Amino acid sequence: MTTTEDKLLDDTAIIISDGCCVQLGTTPALDDVTFRINKGKKVAVVGPNGGGKSTLFNAMAGIVPIVNGSLKINGLSPKEAKGSISYVPQRDLINRNFPLSVKQVVEMGLISKKSLNLFSRNKINSKIKEALENVGLLEKINVNINKLSGGQFQRVLIARGLAQDADILLLDEAFSAVDVGAQEDIMSLISDINLDGKTILVATHDLNNLEDKFDEVLCLNRHCCAYGDPSEVLTKEVIEEMYGSHYDMFKYHTSESHKQNND
Amino acid sequence: MIEILIEPFKYEFMVRSTITAIASGTMLSLLGPFAINRNMGFMADAMAHATLPIIAIGVFLGFSISELGIPAAILIAFFLGYIIKNSNVGEDTAIGIIFSSFFALGFVLISILNVTINLEDLLFGQILAVSRIDVYIVVSMCIVVICLLIVFFKQLLFYSFDPIGAEVKGLNTNFLNYLFLVVLSVAIVASLQTVGIILVLSMLLIPAAASKQITDTFVSSIYISIIFGIISSVSGLYLSYFYNLPSGPTMSLVATGIFIICFFINKLKNVKIQ
Repeated sequence: MTTTEDKLLDDTAIIISDGCCVQLGTTPALDDVTFRINKGKKVAVVGPNGGGKSTLFNAMAGIVPIVNGSLKINGLSPKEAKGSISYVPQRDLINRNFPLSVKQVVEMGLISKKSLNLFSRNKINSKIKEALENVGLLEKINVNINKLSGGQFQRVLIARGLAQDADILLLDEAFSAVDVGAQEDIMSLISDINLDGKTILVATHDLNNLEDKFDEVLCLNRHCCAYGDPSEVLTKEVIEEMYGSHYDMFKYHTSESHKQNND
Repeated sequence: MIEILIEPFKYEFMVRSTITAIASGTMLSLLGPFAINRNMGFMADAMAHATLPIIAIGVFLGFSISELGIPAAILIAFFLGYIIKNSNVGEDTAIGIIFSSFFALGFVLISILNVTINLEDLLFGQILAVSRIDVYIVVSMCIVVICLLIVFFKQLLFYSFDPIGAEVKGLNTNFLNYLFLVVLSVAIVASLQTVGIILVLSMLLIPAAASKQITDTFVSSIYISIIFGIISSVSGLYLSYFYNLPSGPTMSLVATGIFIICFFINKLKNVKIQ
């Protein structure tokens, strides 16, 4: 039998959740969640509202405590691994009132825990430019963030994660409040970033063509309903387990229906 | 003209008042852009009102308002921060409860302890009565506030803009939260003699709101807010000297005048763009 320690020795795994349980107040938000994500994978995290997608991200980010089981990031506890994760939270959790420029937001990825920054000004500027070039927004470097579209703002936050040089990028509801074109932009961007070996987790409600966009899918409804290749794990049973009586709404997204379409 | 400008400084109390006004104006308007962008106006108001019971006990024990400043500010900041974080009634409600109950407690204590305080001065400020020691204390607090803001500016900005992102990045967000509350509370308590419990909010918010009307960037809004804060406090002091007006309310009205001008400049700018 493989123990968690044995798994940690495997250097392809970057996130290992072993029976992870999280409680919010007195309510269990995640119960016995077990999965393992390898480096460089692009993973969709799907499930109903209240299914624990954001809670799982918060647990990975070390914001909420794990009450039982374990969750390891690069072999470390989430609190010890802080800094190796960049988190793009849901849009309403970010205060867009602040009249900040794109450059100032990306620079936040380079702020050190100590009060004074260890990078030289030139190095900071070149890292900011490099990150913005990667997300195709270099020409917006001095633009105020409240003048950006929803999709552009998401890309700025991704650039912040790139400047931080984080191993893992967590995007919570990255596609909410952005139009279809912007969704496609973000997806192609995520594909490009993946080439650099970064692991990307995207919480999404959109079950359309998951197998084209992601390497793996994690199906959550407080517990892990399934994890693996989207074309294999999104079965009728898994979707029913996640969405219950609303299965009919999602029946065209099952692996069976995709196989029929392909035939 | 110059003679008119320097005429008030024949009196030592005006020199003391001007220095205090500049220090208070600088401190409050430096923090104002953070406060308005974080929607912390109500919190700041509660901080000012929550000082009343501490002032009542302090004055009863023989301390001046300025001497009480730092301990009172730290106490209020930690108390408010703790209650807001740990209560389940919602931030606004928790602030409202503290605001009104502390203010009521202050009045009851003033009555029970039979403290001799001029309530009008306490509520609306009486800068002309500041002593030499008060000046030293307020200026020192101003220097401390400026230094802390310079050292932790980027971390505070990150935390204010995206608290979750800042925590995930590994910043000590608990420390940053209490640091800002303490700094804000220090600035408010230090300015009580200048503009009083009720009007301190005007010097915190109005210069910052005015600067937001005419600039698009956060850093420049801080510089402009400081300039507006100093102009409001010093010119308010001059007007109160020459026209025998209450100093705190005059400063607030000058700040309001600046805001109205900036508001219309912004409107005109938008009309031209359209």
